[in-house]
Amino acid sequence: MSNVLILVDHASGNISKTAGELAAFGKRIGGVTALVLAEPGSGAVIADQLKTFEIEKILIAESAEFAIHGIPAIADAVASVLASHSPKALLISTSARGKEIAARVAVKSNSGLITDAIDLSENLIATQSIFGGSFNVHSHVKTGTPIITIRPSAIDFTATSSNPTIENVTVEISDVAKLVSINNMQPAVKGGRPELTEAKIVVSGGRGTNGDFSRVESFADSLGAAVGASRAATDAGWYPHTHQVGQTGKTVSPQLYVACGISGAIQHRAGMQTSKTIIAVNKDPEAPIFDLADLGIVGDLFAVLPQAEAAINAKKHG
Amino acid sequence: MKIAVCVKQVPDSWAEKKMINGLLDRAGVDAVLNDLDEYAIEEALRIVEPLNEGSETPTHTITLISMGPDRATEAIRKGLSMGAHDATLISDSALAGSDALATSKVLAETIKSGGYDLVFCGTESTDARMSVIPAMLAERLGWAQLTFAGVVKVDVSGNKVEIDRMTDAGVESMSANLPAVISVIEKINEPRYPSFKGIMASKKKTINTKSLSDVGVSASEVGLATAWSVVDDAAARPPREKGEKVEDAGNGGDKLAEFILEKRIV
Ligand SMILES: Cc1cc2nc3c(=O)[nH]c(=O)nc-3n(C[C@H](O)[C@H](O)[C@H](O)COP(=O)(O)OP(=O)(O)OC[C@H]3O[C@@H](n4cnc5c(N)ncnc54)[C@H](O)[C@@H]3O)c2cc1C
Ligand SMILES: Nc1ncnc2c1ncn2[C@@H]1O[C@H](COP(=O)(O)O)[C@@H](O)[C@H]1O
Repeated sequence: MSNVLILVDHASGNISKTAGELAAFGKRIGGVTALVLAEPGSGAVIADQLKTFEIEKILIAESAEFAIHGIPAIADAVASVLASHSPKALLISTSARGKEIAARVAVKSNSGLITDAIDLSENLIATQSIFGGSFNVHSHVKTGTPIITIRPSAIDFTATSSNPTIENVTVEISDVAKLVSINNMQPAVKGGRPELTEAKIVVSGGRGTNGDFSRVESFADSLGAAVGASRAATDAGWYPHTHQVGQTGKTVSPQLYVACGISGAIQHRAGMQTSKTIIAVNKDPEAPIFDLADLGIVGDLFAVLPQAEAAINAKKHG
Repeated sequence: MKIAVCVKQVPDSWAEKKMINGLLDRAGVDAVLNDLDEYAIEEALRIVEPLNEGSETPTHTITLISMGPDRATEAIRKGLSMGAHDATLISDSALAGSDALATSKVLAETIKSGGYDLVFCGTESTDARMSVIPAMLAERLGWAQLTFAGVVKVDVSGNKVEIDRMTDAGVESMSANLPAVISVIEKINEPRYPSFKGIMASKKKTINTKSLSDVGVSASEVGLATAWSVVDDAAARPPREKGEKVEDAGNGGDKLAEFILEKRIV
């Protein structure tokens, strides 16, 4: 029986929603085996949370080395499970870390790698959206075990309940994987707002905010939206780099993207132009962002946003 | 200290791109040095410059390494004019259509014979956007992987390097002994513009062009025909339809809210 291996993302004992997404894609291809790499003693708690996804089997490998040495140690473990279980494919969610784990496992197992797929068919044809969403590419792996990283939020899935078998596996961590030590880890502080790449609505501010993101933030809050920023805004230190949308920032594809005081440079568009609906607020009627906006308001964001926020709030409470 | 910086020539990120038979039409757009690699060059310069202070011939050197077509020398020249000392370009018709596994193989073989202490990379090439080459290099070389660095501190006498890895997950302080592969994020520094003097000096610097066999990789291991993954087809997404544009006449905010509420997004 063919199986698909998915690598489970988790932090502070909680699984990421991407685990459910990987399981949903994996299901198309075969029975899903989830690999949990965890600190000694914490695998079972993580495995328990996977029972709301359609998973047949959970493999737990526990080692203190994962936290100490990071990616190379994780890649060692994944590669050894890949060798012992011969899955039809390995799915990992796209992130800086996910792609680097995939990269090392691809080299170790001499397998082809496709990064940041937005779709995956039952016969392992991956769809990628490239050059900032201006092209869709289909490709497949022809050597080794297909290793595919999948963009978060690329699939909607419904929680079910499953009764996976759980198996503990031991993995060897090589000396080469121990060359690097992680001496300290400061997790990113999560605000009260939704994750940028997972949000249904994103409101972004650019140079036009002139450093004052308060209007952008409070408008975002009225919509329950995540807050993004252009590079001009993050470079100026007005908003954290982790919120940058664009070629060298996040790629977002929400139901609604509202660009406020953003001109729409090609590198910014690269991160948001696949959004379902786009609204732009900009003082300059010639701003290129209007070329892709479903609705463009030519005006001052400091006047437009508070008015829109009041109207939204009135509707919500009325 | 011998540093290699991996640099790639990419289509200008400002240009609209076209695809021909599943491959990027590179001839049709201006080619430039991958912007993110400039940060890698700058960081390497900041390490060697103080070490070379006062010496006539630099003993601490930076070699740019690039795999690409012959015209990649243009992008390499820019790196040399910033201050890198020399360059190696691996150019071979058999390399056309190589994927990341092949590219990392060629680069790793080239690096192996160079006696480097550090390899710097950008975090991603703006065309492929895979962010995998640095990790693949570390894996192939069996060196420490210190990627997504926002801060790099090299302890030359102690043969050590420390970085702050900065990603969405947070900040990780990491350390390793040399040699190491480091990739740097764009917040790490402000790359210098080549000076006139630097541009003139770059014309005299050596770019060693090597073939695949020069670096000890056989043509059967790389290139489109042996790629680990293949493109089946590529299609341009239909352009977005232009929407409505309204001048704010005092009710722009209300219009905006109305539009959102009508779409029932909230
Ligand atoms: C390699 C590379 C990678 C890059 N990566 C990214 C990336 O990931 N993300 C990104 O965003 N950029 C990126 N850039 C930068 C990009 O080219 C632009 O410089 C940047 O997006 C501009 O940000 P902006 O639109 O906020 O600023 P500007 O282009 O300065 O635009 C500001 C806009 O605000 C409007 N405005 C001013 N005041 C108001 C007001 N009160 N109300 C309403 N509107 C107002 C102005 O009319 C103007 O259109 C990259 C560049 C390069 C070279
Ligand atoms: N063909 C190449 N030649 C030299 N360096 C490269 C090449 N491709 C990628 N790199 C390096 O690897 C980094 C990441 O690229 P990528 O994994 O393609 O996103 C780049 O910033 C470069 O430093």
